[in-house]
Amino acid sequence: MKHTISVQLRNKPGVLSRVTGLFSGRGFNIESLCVAETMDSELSVLTIVSRGDAAIIEQITKQLHKLIDVIKVTDMAELPYVEREMVLLRMKAVETTRAEVLRIADIFRAKVIDVSSKTFTIEVTGSSSKVNACIELLRPLGIKEIVRTGTVAMARAPKK
Amino acid sequence: MKKVTGAEAIIKCLKEEGVSTIFGYPGGAITDLYDALMDADLKNIIVRHEQGAVHAADGYARVTGDVGVALLTSGPGATNGVTGIATAYCDSIPIVVLTGQVPRALIGNDAFQEVDIVGITRPCTKHNYLVGSAEELVPTLREAFHIARSGRPGPVLVDLPKDIITAKFDYPAKKAMTMPSYQPNTDPHPRQVEKACKAIMRAKCPVLYVGGGVILANAQDDLIELTRKLGIPVTMTLMGLGAFPGTDPLSMGMLGMHGSFCANMAVAECDLLIAVGARFDDRVTGKLSDFATKAKVIHIDVDPTSISKNVRVDIPIVADCRNALKAINIWFDTQPGINIEEEKACHQPWFETIQKWTEQHPMTWHDDESGIIKPQYVIEKLNELTGGDAIITTEVGQNQMWTAQFFKFNKARHLVTSGGLGTMGFGLPAAIGAQCAFPEKTVIDIAGDGSIQMNIQELATARQYNLPIKVAILNNNYLGMVRQWQELFYNRRYFATPMEVLPDFIDLAKAYGAVGLRATKKSEVEPVIKEALSTRNVVLMDFRIAREENVYPMVPAGKATTEMLLV
Ligand SMILES: Cc1ncc(C[n+]2csc(CCOP(=O)(O)OP(=O)(O)O)c2C)c(N)n1
Ligand SMILES: [Mg+2]
Repeated sequence: MKHTISVQLRNKPGVLSRVTGLFSGRGFNIESLCVAETMDSELSVLTIVSRGDAAIIEQITKQLHKLIDVIKVTDMAELPYVEREMVLLRMKAVETTRAEVLRIADIFRAKVIDVSSKTFTIEVTGSSSKVNACIELLRPLGIKEIVRTGTVAMARAPKK
Repeated sequence: MKKVTGAEAIIKCLKEEGVSTIFGYPGGAITDLYDALMDADLKNIIVRHEQGAVHAADGYARVTGDVGVALLTSGPGATNGVTGIATAYCDSIPIVVLTGQVPRALIGNDAFQEVDIVGITRPCTKHNYLVGSAEELVPTLREAFHIARSGRPGPVLVDLPKDIITAKFDYPAKKAMTMPSYQPNTDPHPRQVEKACKAIMRAKCPVLYVGGGVILANAQDDLIELTRKLGIPVTMTLMGLGAFPGTDPLSMGMLGMHGSFCANMAVAECDLLIAVGARFDDRVTGKLSDFATKAKVIHIDVDPTSISKNVRVDIPIVADCRNALKAINIWFDTQPGINIEEEKACHQPWFETIQKWTEQHPMTWHDDESGIIKPQYVIEKLNELTGGDAIITTEVGQNQMWTAQFFKFNKARHLVTSGGLGTMGFGLPAAIGAQCAFPEKTVIDIAGDGSIQMNIQELATARQYNLPIKVAILNNNYLGMVRQWQELFYNRRYFATPMEVLPDFIDLAKAYGAVGLRATKKSEVEPVIKEALSTRNVVLMDFRIAREENVYPMVPAGKATTEMLLV
């Protein structure tokens, strides 16, 4: 099962390598990893997408929590949350495909952010499933290059 | 206020943390620190190899319960210490390792004797630091000691750039420790305690499975109280030996790969397994799917990652072992309507079953008339002639297992052995640490002819500081434990395991200014031990033992623990 885990940690040198070292050393899988500073410059939030059965995900969250610099670990599966990923796609854009590329981009509310005589660069943002769906539709039209950010996630604000 | 140098600040801070002894080895990056140490009233033990310094600090920590300290120079000094750090990490031993580093301006430039020791030791320390500024130095050291000794203890490394050791600054006043990201849970949850107690009440055939966590938490008295109160039989891991008296009728000795028949049978048949400060290591469980299949499992451990890692746990208690055992004892003492004597009596049939297993296959060995020395005999004699009161360190291999099986450890912190990592060469430097802590106690390293050669140079350290350590080499002229596997599972193909060239250990002892004694016949064992024990010097005893003696019982790797090969 795929899990999105959000990790709040102290923004210190070497912290990221403690996290990645933990995953490689214990044979846990990383599907994507995304990290940046928060509003408080002393803290970072890292979003990690991993795969494993319940026992493995339990070990991952416990082992992360055991790292001295980790403040909080949240398995997003335990609460409602929103997630987004951004992808930059360089599309082949020749006479016969230009219109179709733009049409699909429009459906997914993707933006064209750069244009050359033979290519469009498109920015798609959304949940991983939306982004994947968009990529699948564009693929037959000729994707030249893809760069993905990996998922970032945030728990939903409480209703009241 | 008068400014201090980094070196002076380190010394002042170490003293505040209660440090009295530093095990170390000098070099360029820490020469300023040793220069300051010359005038400080701290004891410095200068070893012969940095691995020895870390093992000695580790041995010191194991016997005292205090944080051990090692000081190494940058580069090769630091990398030589890595095996020692990993050894302490695997057994959760609180040590602080200080390493010198090149000046900050040179870091990353492949400077002379620069290594990224923080990067190298990240996976084998509880935490580590590269001190980034002079202001951070003292707070970092304080944090290091706090982390090393609290929660599940472990080694912490602090890397000290040379220019910080020489910097001048104001010594920061002591403040309350605030680490929001590190809050180990030490108090048991009352509801979990109650659940555990009720499960204990319902059990007819309970077993206490006790590991090193009990010793680390100094919980032996609480364990003894619980055991005696309710008549629950106890088995211990290698790291747990001494947590419960080995001569007590309720002790089943060690469990697992070389555990006793009764301990492994009891775990297989019990209806409640109470794991305390143990981690269900593969050497204990054997084939996981066949481990304690009839039992409900209670697991007390301060480290949540240990719980349900290998074996599914029914009642987890995340807490310091001592607090948890105390809470359980209090529950039984104060819960209305409980008749303790009745509770205890209901375990009597189970106790009798266990006694039958013990009678069926006691922990024993074959003696004969040949006069050839059996290693188990040496251990039994050491036990007898020291009154069981010595601190025993071990090397790794058969010597270690025979010690665990035949020396009756009655007190905690009297067995010092590398359990998790199984580091050959640990015993002698660890004995140095133990003897520094307790100069008047008998300290014996029970060794193999292979292992002792891995840190033999530390004999000089023992001599230099008048540490009258005794080394008992069970000399089978083999890397015996590996040879045993070759005999049993590799068609007796003894390759790489014969020690074709060994030093003459008597001459070797002499060369170091120590005393060498040899026994080649059974009748010589007792006189040799007696002479060694009455000698106030380092003594190397060379016991020429039966070369192909094996350690039994043995559970072959990957088999269920009930599938034991017996004597
Ligand atoms: C540093 C290290 N290298 C290799 C091993 C693998 N090993 C485990 S036991 C053993 C043999 C030990 O021989 P010896 O010290 O003579 O003890 P014996 O088993 O003969 O009592 C070896 C090589 C180890 N545990 N540690
Ligand atoms: Mg040997």
